[in-house]
Amino acid sequence: MLVFVQTIVAGILIGGLYALIGIGMTLIMGVMGIINLAHGQIMMVSMYLTYVCFNTFGMDPYLSLVVTMPALFFISFYIGKYLLVPLIGRDSILPENQVLMTVGIAICLTETMRFIFTSNYQSVRTGYSNKAFYLGDISFNFPLAVAFLIAIGITVALFFFLMKTDIGRAIRATAQDKDAAVLMGINQQRITYATYGLGAALTAAAGSLLLPIYYLFPDLGGPFTLKAFVITILGGMGSTVGAILGGLTLGIAESLGATYISMGYKDAVGMVIFLLVLIFIPGGLKRFTKI
Amino acid sequence: MKSSLGLLKALVVLVIAGIVPLFIKQDYYIHLLILVLMWVIIGSCWNLISGYTGQVSFGQAAFFGVGAYTAGILFTKLELSPWWGLVLGGWTAMILALIIGYLCFRLRGPYFALATLAAGEILRLIANNWVDFTEGMVGILIMQTFSSKLPYYYLVLGLAACCLGVISLVMNSKLGYYFVSIREDQDAAESLGINTTLYKNLSLLISSFFTGTAGAFYLNYMGFIDPSVVFSLHDISIQAILVGIIGGVATIWGPALGALIMVGIQELFRTAIFGLAPKWVSQGHAMAFGILVVLTILFMSNGVVGDWSKIKRLFIRKSPEAAS
Amino acid sequence: MIIFETKDLVKFFGGLAAVNGVSFQIEQGEIFGLIGPNGSGKTTIFNLINNYFPLTSGDVLFDGRSIKNLKTHKICHLGIARTFQVVKPLARLTVLENVTASAFCRVNSIKEAQKLALEMIDFCGLMSYKEQQAKGLPIGLRKRLEITRAMATQPKILLLDETCAGLTPKEVDLAIDLIKEINRRGVTVIVIEHIMKVIMTISQRILAINHGQPIAAGTPEEIARNPQVIEAYLGEEDHA
Repeated sequence: MLVFVQTIVAGILIGGLYALIGIGMTLIMGVMGIINLAHGQIMMVSMYLTYVCFNTFGMDPYLSLVVTMPALFFISFYIGKYLLVPLIGRDSILPENQVLMTVGIAICLTETMRFIFTSNYQSVRTGYSNKAFYLGDISFNFPLAVAFLIAIGITVALFFFLMKTDIGRAIRATAQDKDAAVLMGINQQRITYATYGLGAALTAAAGSLLLPIYYLFPDLGGPFTLKAFVITILGGMGSTVGAILGGLTLGIAESLGATYISMGYKDAVGMVIFLLVLIFIPGGLKRFTKI
Repeated sequence: MKSSLGLLKALVVLVIAGIVPLFIKQDYYIHLLILVLMWVIIGSCWNLISGYTGQVSFGQAAFFGVGAYTAGILFTKLELSPWWGLVLGGWTAMILALIIGYLCFRLRGPYFALATLAAGEILRLIANNWVDFTEGMVGILIMQTFSSKLPYYYLVLGLAACCLGVISLVMNSKLGYYFVSIREDQDAAESLGINTTLYKNLSLLISSFFTGTAGAFYLNYMGFIDPSVVFSLHDISIQAILVGIIGGVATIWGPALGALIMVGIQELFRTAIFGLAPKWVSQGHAMAFGILVVLTILFMSNGVVGDWSKIKRLFIRKSPEAAS
Repeated sequence: MIIFETKDLVKFFGGLAAVNGVSFQIEQGEIFGLIGPNGSGKTTIFNLINNYFPLTSGDVLFDGRSIKNLKTHKICHLGIARTFQVVKPLARLTVLENVTASAFCRVNSIKEAQKLALEMIDFCGLMSYKEQQAKGLPIGLRKRLEITRAMATQPKILLLDETCAGLTPKEVDLAIDLIKEINRRGVTVIVIEHIMKVIMTISQRILAINHGQPIAAGTPEEIARNPQVIEAYLGEEDHA
């Protein structure tokens, strides 16, 4: 029983971080209508940036959020502007052009990082990297718990932003009906780039938060991109609440898979859930939420 | 839609392809040609289901890997020669295609693409973990039958010719019209009497058959396979897409050209432009692909063959009437 | 002879009844009009007939046999063809290729299909456009292409969904002529139309619906005088 609870707890903690990645992707999908297969790679870039901040400036990974989030926001803003937005509405035989473009971007990001940092595994050793604390009999991985709490904080801030600020509302409006939003005077192009940047910033945050727990290498992006869209499909495209549910679900499912099946099949769990959802619950868990 | 002139062109190419390796002394270049031919098959098959039928697949690795492992497992479990895989690999791939088709064709557009991606990944993970059946990450090793590369070359040349021949025949028939109609507007197609489910599956069956056979060939030629190679998302599935889009989606010769370009670029970079560029360039071929993808999609989204007239106009100044 | 019949067609989308109890019978060889204000459910009825959407309840009978469980393409093979209100050309294909693709419904070789296609293209007056890409055509020709394609499947019943919408008056006249020609060939036609001139001149009988339910049925003259129809289209009389 203890093992079960422990597994669930671990799943929830990592799920919170997955949710952050998922929210980023679902926003991009909802507003731009693009499936961003470079999402995990953006996170990977953020992790390298965090790594540099740690090694060169001695900045704690959690602090480096203030660096990585804006940095990736700007990088992605311009990627969106010059590489993705021009493709919207362009007619070509293959409608999946945008998706393929993000694949190209993903490759470029990965290779650039590989070029700068080599393929070697990097990691960040902080004072608290190995710490754990106990609540009753359940152990909590310290950095993961802190990451989880910060992730919640960011998510709350995001909701505030989306609900209360003008830009946030503009983003939601564009996500619901692009043409109507334009007619209301919203600069659709800028909102689109801004959303790509925002989605990237959230993922960047997840990256910085994950660095103390994960090994870093250039090909890290791939699996996380897959996780991101599993979450997005699971939660329903464009639904932030859905992404949170999806992230938690994936985290718990993976954790259970790792404990009760095997470590190797952990990744398969995500893929299977993904296929099942695609086939049996079109629209994702969003169906069961109101937002 | 080709004419008899196209058939003549194809025969000429075939004859040249048949003669050329007899004049090549170094085995390594024959190896490159074999790679090109393999990618001609994989790319053309992707093109059939994605470019012509409009169902973009991100999971061709599933079929390639299944074909390769058919050959491998026949060897490890039944002690049959892996050459039997060449006969059976296509068939197991088709069985997989029926399953994937049944599960995934109800999805449209990007959702279908992602589902095929997931399928490929699931198979890779199964191959990795079902050690008793597939030897897991250790992979399968066989003794190659021929020491010379030439027999393999002619074999894959024959396969590629078969593949392109079949695709060409198909596209010039009722099937071809139906595939393209499904791509253009699936709902309209259905209302015009086209059983879209049936034809989508047919397209995938043909596509998977040759891809699986190519996979079986790969094992016999290279002598070794493991899940990370033959079920690879990046090296097989995505590469197949790149071959297709760079060469020209929805054209017969596009993927063939794409295969040539891809292997060519890979070589160019591996040798650091034949030794002329600094050493670090040799690591750059993946980056080059990335950039090539980005540029192709931005400027030449119908590939070299598809946008040929656009490209010609860049280099040749003609009067406006003659330009089209 | 009754060739086609619907019985109590009902279609719910969520809680909304788009079609709620529509029944009608069609004689072989007639032109049957279906009118109603926007959103009254006319196109939905077409979508139910060829199973583009599944029925919530009710039945559709063709030549006395129920077709409600048949797949759309099967229904086309049986002999019911339709056009779409928002035209769906096979954009990157030429007019000839578009029609050839539909001709394969009846024949199997490219030669025969092209022959049938050319015949239809000629009949519908698109000969001079046959090599043009569908996506480059103006709306009038695209609507005509819809009809040509449907005709290439050699239907017994043709469902025309607002094929005259967006056309100039001259184009409307040409469309009326075409529909009459098609009918003269023996094809039963069901027409959804907003343009009164079209529906009144060509239909033998008309069914008017509103909010998914039938409100009046009869000859064009009867329908034109029916107060409920007038109210549905023009609103209640304003007592100033």
